[in-house]
Amino acid sequence: MRSEASWGLKLAALGGLLFLHLPILLIFLYAFTTEERSYAFPPPGYTTEWFAVAWNRQDIWPPLWLSLRVAAIATVMAMILGTLAAAAMARASFFGRDQVSLLILLPIALPGVITGMSLRSAFGIMDIPFSTWTIVLGHATFCIVIVYNNAIARMRRLSGGIMEASADLGANSFQTFRHVLLPNLGSALLAGGMLAFALSFDEVIVTTFTAGQQSTLPIWMLNELVRPRQRPVTNVVAIVVFAATFVPILIAYYLTRGGSETAGMGK
Amino acid sequence: MTAPAILPARGLADRLTGTFWRRPGLLLVLLITPPLLWLGVVYLGSLAALLLQSFYSIDEFSGVVKEEFTLKTYAELFRAQNLDIIIRTIVMAMAVTLACAVLAFPIAYYAARHAKGAWKAAFYLGVMLPLWSSYLVKVYAWKLILAKEGILGWAAEGTGTGFIIDGILSIPGLEGSSLSTSPFGTFLVFVYIWLPYMILPMQAALERVPNSMLEASADLGATRGQTFRTVILPLALPGVIAGSIFTFSLTLGDYIIPQIVGDSSRFIGLTVYQLQGTAGNTPLAAAFAVVPILIMLVYLSLAKRAGAFNAL
Repeated sequence: MRSEASWGLKLAALGGLLFLHLPILLIFLYAFTTEERSYAFPPPGYTTEWFAVAWNRQDIWPPLWLSLRVAAIATVMAMILGTLAAAAMARASFFGRDQVSLLILLPIALPGVITGMSLRSAFGIMDIPFSTWTIVLGHATFCIVIVYNNAIARMRRLSGGIMEASADLGANSFQTFRHVLLPNLGSALLAGGMLAFALSFDEVIVTTFTAGQQSTLPIWMLNELVRPRQRPVTNVVAIVVFAATFVPILIAYYLTRGGSETAGMGK
Repeated sequence: MTAPAILPARGLADRLTGTFWRRPGLLLVLLITPPLLWLGVVYLGSLAALLLQSFYSIDEFSGVVKEEFTLKTYAELFRAQNLDIIIRTIVMAMAVTLACAVLAFPIAYYAARHAKGAWKAAFYLGVMLPLWSSYLVKVYAWKLILAKEGILGWAAEGTGTGFIIDGILSIPGLEGSSLSTSPFGTFLVFVYIWLPYMILPMQAALERVPNSMLEASADLGATRGQTFRTVILPLALPGVIAGSIFTFSLTLGDYIIPQIVGDSSRFIGLTVYQLQGTAGNTPLAAAFAVVPILIMLVYLSLAKRAGAFNAL
């Protein structure tokens, strides 16, 4: 095999990467524009006033708190359920194992509109009123697989020997879990939790079906996109949403880098 | 050697450990039950509710959902306007999948077979960050780009290539006052958003192609083009199909992008959203939501036959 790539390939690969990143950078530029009515490029002038305006807008804070609360609760639930599922599936082989792994994967493999519409039908049939918990229900369901993927990859890499050694030295299952398994699993779980948080904080497709009249930050943003009021304020919020997903992803990457199970391969 | 071989149990935790050791199935059941209950009740239960709802119908005069079994709602899917929506969505999903495969290949190929060390990490992060970063922000960014006064229009004006955009906008079926109100804009944004989902499985498949096979191909006298066509491409195909599952499925169900960018012609996802919301016709919305499930089931069984699941 030739070791040097042709110029055409290099250009196409680099061009592809630029195509993936340039649009995001544009958001940062527009947050400083003085133009309020249109998306004129290049911006006629630059200002930082929109950050102050956004800070003082009272309609942004409640959606932000709701999003944070939902993401936090959904992440904790997904971490517990995902870890349990991974612990069961890591080594054991049992009847119906493939079906169980398909079931765990399904909420993220099927389009979000199906998950959303399904939950909406179920709430309707059972007369469950919309609340923070109906949003959490949906989010936790598709976050389980994220934690599960991270946890099971790490468990597969762990040698079974350390668990046996712990048992041989007299530790019971709970001590082994606390002192051997958890320290080894910790960073993978944290990475999974970070990704789950990012996914939940940003989720809009399922949320619109399970939120009723409530507004999470992505729903607030969606409304602004459909009926813009103050475009630069939306740009500032876009940066906040972007940072709230970007930072956890980077942390997840650094927690698991170098391993065969680097986080983020299976969204 | 006075200590007994078997230590006495020191409490409940030790006794439980003994039980788990003797009956490993019990531990397994304890571990798997909570997540299985959650997914079984919340997720499968909801899917069942969706199916149930799709067999109900709506009273045309009062607008109230009639909770009786009927196939009438499914029959409505075959009305010309609804069939149009389904066909338009499938055509869009196929076009997006094809474009993603073409764009993803050089990136995946370079990352898998040429990039080393820091470059490899850069490529990995470079694909993973756009994959995970905010979906809505990415869609919004394209609204800025495609707007008539936006950066694309500005660049086209500056370089005198505005006729390309005008040319695209004059193609029948792609008309619009700017790219952001043309179906071509919808297509562009779909391709952008789902591209990373194609790159990652493709790269994984390409990384598994052994070098020795390429060397053997060259030794046997194949040109680069022949090696590419007869060795690399068939071996990468499961990865392409695995990626296409994502791009196809995600395009089928998305309703945000056609709402924000494009000529607001309806797709399956958007129709589901509007039917359950403003129209209040939950049964028809449910029936529409079953369509992507059926399409994906067919697609997945075809993909399975092509061996795509080994590349996931």
